[in-house]
Amino acid sequence: MEIKKIDKYRWELPKTGNMRVPGIIYATESMLNAEKQKEPLKQVANVATLPGILKASLAMPDMHWGYGFPIGGVAAFDWESGIISPGGVGYDINCGVRLATTSLVEKEVRPKLENLVNALFRGIPSGLGSKGSIKLSIPEEKKVLQMGSKWAVNRGLGEALDLEHTEDGGCMPNADPDVISQRALERGRQQLGTLGSGNHFLEIGVVEAVYDIPAAQAFGLFEDQVTLMLHTGSRGLGYQICDDFLAFMTKHVKKLGFDLPDRQLACARIQSKEGMRYYNAMACAANYAWTNRQILMHNSREILLRVLGISPRDLNMKLLYDVCHNIAKKEVHVIHGKKQTVCVHRKGATRSFPAGHEALCDQYRPVGQPVIIPGDMGTASYVLAGTEKAMQETFGSTCHGAGRVLSRKAAKKASKGRAIQRELEDKGILVRWTGRSTLAEEIPEAYKDISQVVEVVHEAGISKKVAKLRPIGVVKG
Amino acid sequence: MDRIKNKYNLIDHTADFGLRVFGSDSKELFANAALALFDLITDIDHLKGLDSCNIEVSGDDWSDLMVNWLREILYLWNGKELLVKKVRILSLSETELAATAKFDPFNPDRHIIKTEIKAVTYHQIQVNSSPSGWEAMIIFDI
Repeated sequence: MEIKKIDKYRWELPKTGNMRVPGIIYATESMLNAEKQKEPLKQVANVATLPGILKASLAMPDMHWGYGFPIGGVAAFDWESGIISPGGVGYDINCGVRLATTSLVEKEVRPKLENLVNALFRGIPSGLGSKGSIKLSIPEEKKVLQMGSKWAVNRGLGEALDLEHTEDGGCMPNADPDVISQRALERGRQQLGTLGSGNHFLEIGVVEAVYDIPAAQAFGLFEDQVTLMLHTGSRGLGYQICDDFLAFMTKHVKKLGFDLPDRQLACARIQSKEGMRYYNAMACAANYAWTNRQILMHNSREILLRVLGISPRDLNMKLLYDVCHNIAKKEVHVIHGKKQTVCVHRKGATRSFPAGHEALCDQYRPVGQPVIIPGDMGTASYVLAGTEKAMQETFGSTCHGAGRVLSRKAAKKASKGRAIQRELEDKGILVRWTGRSTLAEEIPEAYKDISQVVEVVHEAGISKKVAKLRPIGVVKG
Repeated sequence: MDRIKNKYNLIDHTADFGLRVFGSDSKELFANAALALFDLITDIDHLKGLDSCNIEVSGDDWSDLMVNWLREILYLWNGKELLVKKVRILSLSETELAATAKFDPFNPDRHIIKTEIKAVTYHQIQVNSSPSGWEAMIIFDI
C-alpha cells in the first residue's frame, strides 16, 4: 500500500480503487512502519469506500486493528447522503473516561492507600457479569436510557455541575428505548453501577506534571494533586445493541446494493428508518454509559470519604470532565469553507473541541475542552485540551489511549513467571483485580507507549498537553 | 466422542481471539463450535448439564448461520448466566438450524470463568467443507 508523507506526523493513503476519499494517518514514521499497522491501514482504506464519507478517512496515532473500522478511526459522513455504521462505533458504545479532581495531595492519601484500594475493590462491582447495587425495573431503566446522567443526579448521585462537565451534558436527546431489544434491556437492567472487565478500570492518580498552567488552572489541576479516573462503558446493554444492529444491518445493506469490503462495515443511510433506528438505539447505550460512570464516581467518592475519614469539603471531589471514546454524533463542521451537518464516527477516538466552542461550558470555553487520555496501569495518563486545528483537520477529534500492541495471549506469555503485582508495587502502584488473567493480559508492555501517542497529537496540534498523571492505586475488572 | 479440546485450536491476534473448529460433517462442526466456545469460557468437564432448552436460528448462508448460532448460544451465558455442557443439533441446512442445549445455571462458588467472550463477529468468518471434513474459523470480541 502506497503511503505519502504529508509532514512529520501526518501520512496520506492516496485514493485508490473504490475509495471515495484519501486516508490520513497521524503517526510517527516508526509507528506507521510497525508490522502491526498493515491491517489497520487496510481498514482505513475500507472505511474510505463508504457512501457519503467527507474529506478523509482518519486514523489517530493509537490506531490498531478493530472490527470493520480500525480502533483510533474517525470518519464523518454527510448527514443527508451518508451512512451510519455500528462497526464505526464499536461494541462498547460510549466506552469512555471520566476524571475527577480532589483537594488532596499524595502524602495525605499514601498512608491509607492500601485500605482505600481494598475498599474500592470491594465496593465497586467489577469483573465479568458483575451486578450493580441498583436493580432497575424495565420502566425505570427506560428512564435511564432517555435521561442519561441526569437520572443519577436527580437521585442524589451527583451534582448539577457534573452534567456541565460531561460531554453532551451526559445525554443524547434522541435516545428511544422502544427501538432496542428485550435482550438489551434485560442485560442492562442488572449492570448499572458496575465497572466490567477487560481494560476497564478505576484509578487513583497523582498529577505528576503540568504543561499548560492557564488550562490546568481552568481545569482545577495542580501538581501533586490526587485524582480519580474511571474507564468503563455501556456494559452488556451496549454490546447487545451493537450485536443486534450488526445482524440487522448485514441483511439490510444487501438491499442497498453497497459492495462492502468487510461484513463488519454493515451500515444504513442515516436518512432512513433503519439508520435512525440505530442512531436512536445507540443514544440509549450512550446515556446508559454516562449514567454508569456518574454512579460509579458517586460510589467511589463515598468510599474515599469513609476510608480517609474526611468531610466532603476537605475531599472537594469535582468532576473535571467525562468523554466518550466510541460514538457517532450529529455535529456541524466546516468542510472546504462551508458549514455542513455531518455524522462523526469516533471509534477509539475522543472529541477535541477548541476554546470558544458553543458545546463547552463557561468554565472551559476560554481554554478548550478537556480531553482525558488513559494509559496502561503501570505508566501514565494525560489531560489535554481541544484545539482549533482539530476542528480544521480531524472533525474535532484526537486520540483516546495507548492502543494494544500485544495480543492477550502474547501478553500472558510475556508475563509468565513474573510477579506483575509486585513489579507494580515496586513502582508505587497498588493494584487489585478480579479476572483470572486480567493482570497478565493488561501488563504495561501490552500497550503502545502512551507518551509517544500523546506527543503526536500534541505536535500535530489536534490537542495540546495540559497535565500528566501517574497511577498510585488501580482496580481492574 | 473425542474430547472437545481436540476439535478446535486457537488463533492469536492483537485485539481479538479466534477459533478454528473441525467436524466430520456439518452437524458435528456446528456442535463443536458451540462446545469450543463454552470450553473457552469455563471448564465444561465440570458441568452437569442439568437443564435444557431448544434453540432455532436462521442465516443467509453457512457463515451467517454459524455467526447467528454462536450469538444465540453465547446469549445463554451473557444474557442468562447459563453455562452450556452439551448441544445436540436436531436439524441443519445452510440457512436453518434447530438444536437442544444442556446447561447449568452459573454458580460463582462452583464454576470457574476462564475467559470473557463478549461477542461473535463476522470478521474473517469462514465455513468450509472438503472431502476430509468441515472446518470453520470464527473470531470473538473479548
